[in-house]
Amino acid sequence: MADNKGVMIFAEVIDGKLTAVAKELLGAGRKLANDLKEELSALVAGSGVGNIAAEAISFGADKVYVVDALLLKDYRTDAYVAVLEKVIKQANPRIVLMGQTTIGRDLAPRAAFRLATAAVLDCIALEIDAATKQLLMTKPVYGGNARAIYTMETLPQIATVRAKAMAALEPDGARKGQVIALDAGLDPAAIKTTVLQKVVHEAEGTKLEDAAVVVAGGRGIGGPEGFKQLEELAKVLKGAVGATRPPCDAGWVPDTIQIGLTGKIVSPYVYIAVAISGASQHMAGCSGSKNIIAINRDAEAQIFKEARFGVVGDWKKIIPAFEAKIKELQTK
Amino acid sequence: MNMIVCVKQILDPEAPPASFRIDPATNTLVPQTAVPAVLSPFDEQAVEAALRIKDAKGGKITVISLGVNLLRDVVKKPLSLGADELILLEDPAFVGGDSWSTAYALAAAIKKVGQFDLIFCGRQAADWDSGQTGSCIAEILGLPQVTVAKKIEVMDGKVKVEKVTADGYEVVEVPTPALITVSNELGEVRFATFKGTMASKKKEPIIWKPADIGVDPAKIGAKGRRTKTVKLFQPVREGKCEIITGENDEDAAGNLAKKLVEVKLL
Ligand SMILES: Cc1cc2nc3c(=O)[nH]c(=O)nc-3n(C[C@H](O)[C@H](O)[C@H](O)COP(=O)(O)OP(=O)(O)OC[C@H]3O[C@@H](n4cnc5c(N)ncnc54)[C@H](O)[C@@H]3O)c2cc1C
Ligand SMILES: Nc1ncnc2c1ncn2[C@@H]1O[C@H](COP(=O)(O)O)[C@@H](O)[C@H]1O
Repeated sequence: MADNKGVMIFAEVIDGKLTAVAKELLGAGRKLANDLKEELSALVAGSGVGNIAAEAISFGADKVYVVDALLLKDYRTDAYVAVLEKVIKQANPRIVLMGQTTIGRDLAPRAAFRLATAAVLDCIALEIDAATKQLLMTKPVYGGNARAIYTMETLPQIATVRAKAMAALEPDGARKGQVIALDAGLDPAAIKTTVLQKVVHEAEGTKLEDAAVVVAGGRGIGGPEGFKQLEELAKVLKGAVGATRPPCDAGWVPDTIQIGLTGKIVSPYVYIAVAISGASQHMAGCSGSKNIIAINRDAEAQIFKEARFGVVGDWKKIIPAFEAKIKELQTK
Repeated sequence: MNMIVCVKQILDPEAPPASFRIDPATNTLVPQTAVPAVLSPFDEQAVEAALRIKDAKGGKITVISLGVNLLRDVVKKPLSLGADELILLEDPAFVGGDSWSTAYALAAAIKKVGQFDLIFCGRQAADWDSGQTGSCIAEILGLPQVTVAKKIEVMDGKVKVEKVTADGYEVVEVPTPALITVSNELGEVRFATFKGTMASKKKEPIIWKPADIGVDPAKIGAKGRRTKTVKLFQPVREGKCEIITGENDEDAAGNLAKKLVEVKLL
């Protein structure tokens, strides 16, 4: 296995475009490949994805493997693991990176085990150990209360990377790269799952992951009515509403706006945390925010340790007054 | 329906951050006596998923837990809720592993149990947040997997699973036997009844040692790890929050708005 070379990223495609995470992986992979003085390749798999290769090259790939097959239209574990196994055996990379996404967290461990290696999920930092050329993978553990740096001796080293933890490069249309089309060679009988339906909750207004301002509510909001008030404030600030897990579990708001370790990762310019205690599992999803503002009636709440500005008091009094003042200042 | 649920005993993941201490010399977590042991929350949901199927269609639920110092009050909880059998892989040789070596031992135990239609795991254990053991068990046993499930409906020889995605969910159909990992979107878990708790007290777990499940000693626990811990540390929180005050809550709110506009945050 000593001849493993280069970094490969698994590039996810949605609606015919590279996902934001795929671009971040290309940025991260480029840096690792440069440190190793080796090549960066991307694997694009799906149905009708052939035209993604050029985009992947513009974001940093030297080589793009394209596996285009009708059987890959929906993500199904069996099919994608088989593709990954085939391409990795052929390309023989030293490192394989995927996004910590619905697909990546399902695919990485299983593909790793099939290839007799291992994976580390949800990494927030990656570094090459200069002496051993091994990848050092930093990952939050204990819900973010601690961090572990892992490595492994088996190759390829496989990691999934948390959204927004790495930076994409500026696309460069002049960049040259090689495109290699590979046959999926799939056996339909070996694919045991069928996707019957996809249900997407369309959020109105600004998308949570892209919003510059996020107004997030916690258990202390007390019910769905309170979230209506937060929505109003978010509208005034041209932002989006998020939540901790308890309001989602209680059905006050849809599960899709949960922020945290097992929810969405956001990094807005301003994150207004209302009646949120600041548990590490929640902060895992928002600690990349540039400015955290905390409103909580408990002066000892953990959230004040992470915030830049805070008010200690009852949100029911604070939020309406805050909104009124912002509106007043906006009209000036 | 024969169901197997894998549950892990861990330290309460929602204990305050101050109760997590790391010994940098050994790269290990120093257990604080104030932090109670619990079942990993997603594993409780995995148990609940199996119980719901048992309620609807009948069946047998076997719970397996690997570890040492497994508190009977903690690991017997699924029995008090309606699970039928508890198997403990309780031996020092089993512990200190990663998802790979843990899955290897659990898969061997599952093979020994023999009959199963569905295996349930949590989406991730809330201590190391590794999130891989379920997929590794499925790979070892050659089973199809559906990860991060929120609803499971059993039909003839098949299951229909709602799998949580970033913007909603997918409905996936999979033939049995299969492995499913469960997420908190499954919804509320039940509480034990007094009767259930009393009944579980009388039920003794089955304990299997490495030799009982025919595993290679070099592949289990710490020895079988593929991932190595280079370092374990705690992130430093800066904690420089400026508290905005006022005569009352409304006044403080107004001052906050003024401040945020002044420093050009809004
Ligand atoms: C494995 C695992 C994964 C998890 N994943 C996530 C995740 O992805 N996202 C997530 O959010 N959580 C997650 N959690 C749960 C997390 O640990 C916390 O339980 C949760 O974040 C707490 O939410 P909260 O701050 O809204 O509630 P609480 O901790 O109950 O805090 C409520 C706060 O509201 C304040 N408050 C109450 N009333 C008022 C009022 N009138 N005015 C002002 N303040 C008020 C209180 O002082 C308190 O600080 C996870 C847990 C585990 C174990
Ligand atoms: N020691 C263990 N005993 C029983 N089940 C386990 C153990 N470790 C992990 N699991 C199962 O595997 C899931 C994922 O664990 P992990 O890969 O460690 O995040 C858990 O939610 C459990 O269902």
